[in-house]
Amino acid sequence: MATTDKEVKELIKREYEHGFVTEIEADTFEPGLNEDVIRRLSKIKQEPEFMLEWRLKAYRRWLEMDDPTWAHVDYPRIDYNSISYYSAPKKKEDMPQSLDEVDPELLRTYEKLGIPLHEREKLAGVAVDAVFDSVSIGTTFKEQLAEAGVIFCPISEAVQKYPELVEKYLGSVVPAGDNFFAALNSAVFSDGSFVYIPKGVRCPLELSTYFRINAANTGQFERTLIVADAGSYVSYLEGCTAPMRDENQLHAAVVELVALDDAQIKYSTVQNWYPGDEHGKGGIYNFVTKRGACQGRNSKISWTQVETGSAVTWKYPSCILKGDNSVGEFYSVALTHNYQQADTGTKMIHLGKNTTSTIISKGISAGRSSNAYRGLVKFQPGAENARNFTQCDSLLIGDRCGAHTFPYIESRNKSAIVEHEATTSKVSDEQMFLCRQRGIDPEQAVSMIVNGFCKEVFKELPMEFAVEAGKLLEVSLEGSVG
Amino acid sequence: MLSIKNLHASVEGKEILKGINLEIKAGEVHAIMGPNGSGKSTLSQVLAGNEAFEVTEGEVTLNGENLLELETEERAREGIFLAFQYPVEIPGVSNLQFLRTAVNAMRTHRGEPEMNAAEFMKLAKEVSKQVDLDPAFLKRGVNEGFSGGEKKRNEILQALLLQPKLAILDETDSGLDIDALKVVSDGVNALRAEDRAILMVTHYQRLLNHIVPDYVHVLAGGRIIKSGGRELALELEERGYGWLGIKEDEAAAAN
Ligand SMILES: Nc1ncnc2c1ncn2[C@@H]1O[C@H](COP(=O)(O)OP(=O)(O)O)[C@@H](O)[C@H]1O
Ligand SMILES: [Mg+2]
Repeated sequence: MATTDKEVKELIKREYEHGFVTEIEADTFEPGLNEDVIRRLSKIKQEPEFMLEWRLKAYRRWLEMDDPTWAHVDYPRIDYNSISYYSAPKKKEDMPQSLDEVDPELLRTYEKLGIPLHEREKLAGVAVDAVFDSVSIGTTFKEQLAEAGVIFCPISEAVQKYPELVEKYLGSVVPAGDNFFAALNSAVFSDGSFVYIPKGVRCPLELSTYFRINAANTGQFERTLIVADAGSYVSYLEGCTAPMRDENQLHAAVVELVALDDAQIKYSTVQNWYPGDEHGKGGIYNFVTKRGACQGRNSKISWTQVETGSAVTWKYPSCILKGDNSVGEFYSVALTHNYQQADTGTKMIHLGKNTTSTIISKGISAGRSSNAYRGLVKFQPGAENARNFTQCDSLLIGDRCGAHTFPYIESRNKSAIVEHEATTSKVSDEQMFLCRQRGIDPEQAVSMIVNGFCKEVFKELPMEFAVEAGKLLEVSLEGSVG
Repeated sequence: MLSIKNLHASVEGKEILKGINLEIKAGEVHAIMGPNGSGKSTLSQVLAGNEAFEVTEGEVTLNGENLLELETEERAREGIFLAFQYPVEIPGVSNLQFLRTAVNAMRTHRGEPEMNAAEFMKLAKEVSKQVDLDPAFLKRGVNEGFSGGEKKRNEILQALLLQPKLAILDETDSGLDIDALKVVSDGVNALRAEDRAILMVTHYQRLLNHIVPDYVHVLAGGRIIKSGGRELALELEERGYGWLGIKEDEAAAAN
């Protein structure tokens, strides 16, 4: 391609935009993990007894487990005793009751990130629950939501205020012992969001959370639980960023969704954790378990993700299609550059009759990165007339990157129908030449071509985030032309 | 406007252009004819700056400026336009978006304000009518699933939108039926202007019935072996390339 080596080097030098550290006083645990740490954590959070017991049980399970090694990713073994399991911004009172009470330095951080925490800003109409390191710092639009009967609060608050709901649903989709990282999260999760949409309610706002890892050597273990009661609807979006640090940081989140009869949950993620530098130094290990249960008849869960950050991503937002006629969807764009590695995909487990699932995965690899799609579509004996459509496309930029697809299909019901399409293409020299011949910059050409490739997924995102996602791709692709 | 002196170019180490000399002035229409494999597309691509081809000797200037020093996109912004013989598809990128990005890149270069989506839509619709393309094509992916003729009309659409100084049309007539040929030639004739030059590459003379060139050049084996007025094209049609001592198959095989 056209751009000279020198230009490429300059472009590559452009740095991660969100890579600044916020200087605020923090209460941080000494690194290390044992039952005592968990007890302290639970105590700080003033949790009821059941929560502590649940955490300890998860911890004991975790001790018996091993790091998973099957994914197509390569990273040094993590020393879990070198991580701190709690870091909260220091505050004068107990918890900030409103945004006015939040440390202004913290708010400036959000401003730098372009996160619209204030109601007047461009995301008016979006309630933001912002998680900074481990503690949720502010939720807007609470009143409007309360009027509709919607509960949207930090999960730590839900544990205290709505213990029955939490006890009933927490771990119901991702059991504490589900996998290594889920067990760790269950033991030490610090905060995250809790959403409950009552029967028949259409949530009047897009709900949104931004996560950011700030403190050094801190793991972020957020936990999100969304319950959509019968006939309800909610659209939820999470955005993620982290500062630049030379050492790797661990992010092991768990997200559980529960959709009861006729309920719909739309969950969108724009993930832009720090990916490490151009030599592969630093970056977030993003080991996340996301799973939704379509418990009820005619329920629907839709995952849309745009993954551009993290050094290593290990993530498979999945659907358990238990209710008859339930629908699961997975729309994904995963972009890797430099030395990033992503192993991502989905699992669609068909249990009920007439269940349908759709998987559209777009993987983009540039630089020396590695991008794998891993998907499982499973039809259990009861999944009469179930069907799945999978489309899995890879786009390569340059010739030092890799794309892999691992689609697995298990069918124990003869009436199930599966369609699978897969393509691999390159941003071709001819396409680049055409764009440039029409006066378009090479960088802009690549981002236009990549955006075109992702179109089917972007159209699933809420409007304003589709624009954001497009821009994010552009930034993430800087330096990929060469 | 365009001056080509002793231009040599090769691809994958094989010399294709072996000393091309050509002068084109503003307002002129030049036709380059020649058998398959003679280097017509190579010449077009080299002028537009395709880096798959290496210029080994010679010089090319556009209005006195050294063209060979410029990147492809810089040449385009200076007014060089190439209508491709085989237009490539860009799936998922709408024609409209692509065209607007291109038009705005040119406008930015000229210091003019960018066109917003509504303004551009209006302009693009008008121009697509001019080349008899249903405006629905603006919403489709760039060349995605277009027929051969539609692709060619889309190229002319782009030329009309970008208003280049030098339009190079590489076999824009090939694969067109009579009606489409008429539409495309009308489009090219609409491009003719005092301050614009057109370089038409064609294998057949039939296009030249619609677009009457000022000069005709015959390219064979990487060299221009004969130049003349439009009567040269008619003579070629009558007597074939053999008349000039070129056998089509051999010419292709020799490369
Ligand atoms: N990218 C390429 N790689 C290798 N050979 C090429 C390439 N492009 C053109 N050629 C060769 O160069 C010669 C001239 O081709 P071309 O310029 O396309 O001729 P024309 O357009 O007159 O038919 C042919 O022998 C062709 O095979
Ligand atoms: Mg040709």
